[in-house]
Amino acid sequence: MAATMRGTTAIVGLAETTYYRRGGAEDAEFKLGLMAVRAAAEDAGIDVRDIDGFCSYSNDRNDPTRFHTALGLHDLKWSSMVWGGGGGGCAGAVAMAAAAVHAGIATNVVVFRALAQGQFGRFGAASQTGALQGAAAYTQPYGQMSPAQSYAMKVTRFMHDHGVEQSALRAVSLASYYHAQRNPRAVMYGRPLDEEKYDNSRWIVEPFHLYDCCQENDGAAAVIVTTAERARDMKNKPVYILAGGQGSQYRQSAWAHNAPDYGTSNFKNNAKSMFDMAQVKPEEVDVAQVYENFTGGVVMSIIEHGLIPVEQANEEFTLDNFRFDGGKLPLNTSGGNLAECYMHGFELVTEAARQIRGESTAQVDDPEISLVAGGPMVEPTSNLLLGAQV
Amino acid sequence: MANATKAEIEAGGSYLPTPVATPMAMVDGLDTPYYEGKERDELWVQYCAECSEHQWGPEWICHGCHSYDVEWRQVAPEGRIFSWERIWHPVHPDLAEAVPYVVVLIELPHADDIRMVGNLLGDPEEEIMIGTEVEAVFEHHPDHDPPYTLVQWSRK
Ligand SMILES: [Zn+2]
Repeated sequence: MAATMRGTTAIVGLAETTYYRRGGAEDAEFKLGLMAVRAAAEDAGIDVRDIDGFCSYSNDRNDPTRFHTALGLHDLKWSSMVWGGGGGGCAGAVAMAAAAVHAGIATNVVVFRALAQGQFGRFGAASQTGALQGAAAYTQPYGQMSPAQSYAMKVTRFMHDHGVEQSALRAVSLASYYHAQRNPRAVMYGRPLDEEKYDNSRWIVEPFHLYDCCQENDGAAAVIVTTAERARDMKNKPVYILAGGQGSQYRQSAWAHNAPDYGTSNFKNNAKSMFDMAQVKPEEVDVAQVYENFTGGVVMSIIEHGLIPVEQANEEFTLDNFRFDGGKLPLNTSGGNLAECYMHGFELVTEAARQIRGESTAQVDDPEISLVAGGPMVEPTSNLLLGAQV
Repeated sequence: MANATKAEIEAGGSYLPTPVATPMAMVDGLDTPYYEGKERDELWVQYCAECSEHQWGPEWICHGCHSYDVEWRQVAPEGRIFSWERIWHPVHPDLAEAVPYVVVLIELPHADDIRMVGNLLGDPEEEIMIGTEVEAVFEHHPDHDPPYTLVQWSRK
């Protein structure tokens, strides 16, 4: 097999700011980003001035050159961003950092996301109004104006095709809220959810109840990626990057919902490429952080990563199976986008690394393999496999 | 709630209360035949003669053979429900009185199963079944600046 970046790099530092409800942050968005980057460097035990690369995704507003100048960094050897909206790039941005380090282009690459939705636009509001051209003109004039509305029809078709029931979506939501009750960082800490509360919650757009939809939050988070060789001499347990990348299936971005394979999370290509690169089988995954823009996307992502067969979805999508304490597939163990913070999925990356370090607030017993899947139903999606050992 | 019927739309009504967002042909001309067709109560979509296949949404190239000579053809304004959603939470203040309303994804079996997004006319709380046969209803807004037409769908 050709040499890949499998195990040649590691996450050595991670941090986040306080997570706030949307509009709750008093600090400016860029300042939140500065705080997260500095804290991640401190966690790694490196001088922040030795950071020489930046990666982000989803049109992050906070430009690496501004960080570079504001922090007085010595050099800027790498700056890149995953294209595409939503959190599709949250794992891919880490893979991109690993690629840059693996290639020897940069040494200490920070991957970050900073957002203060109160200060800028919201993902959840009507994105465009007035006279529209192009793809938006085929959907928004019919009142299909938000991400929830854009993805609900995909999930409905998937449920129809495979006989998947609402209880599968509910289990994903229950798992996030269950784990958030153990996580003081979580915005939904102290706000538990049960089946009755879920069932009685209002519809946002069928098949999504209120608790099927991600929050909107303010904050920032960051991780530092360096070589595996350097990581072994640093202060934290290395979190090896076994595989990661981006992917998109055939014609997924066709306008007006014309993707030929419609009821899909869009992980069918890169689930395979990730496991191939890592030389890991789906059944070896010990803990999974799977992006919940909407719970239905998580159901599809888990199935398309081969973690639960579609035929068993109604039986196996249960809170019991997703719990950190004894579940078959511990899922979204920090509370995820639904209940920790909607950091556009970057809180999933920090949590996946914390699991390998043994520092989660819902710690799985000695996990070897930790999965992140970012941004179901968007183009591209991305994923990441982290390991305790190479 | 939005519940306009086919007859009400044909009499000049609209499904959603105000034009929150209005469609406009692209300035580069890519989808002009589709827009001009709607004005005449006709559905026009792309077709590649080389591949004998319809293509939708429109693009400057055929995704199958990479020919730039993609034609436009009129297709029968009918299809069946491929997926649907009932929207209860308005994300724009002008839609607050319009909820619930229904958005449907319609596939056109006679045109290689290409799909179109529209609203399903009638009672939004009526049960919706995937596979139901529907016909297009053209919702014209001639007095709007610029004028525009929406393609809505009604159960046959
Ligand atoms: Zn062709």
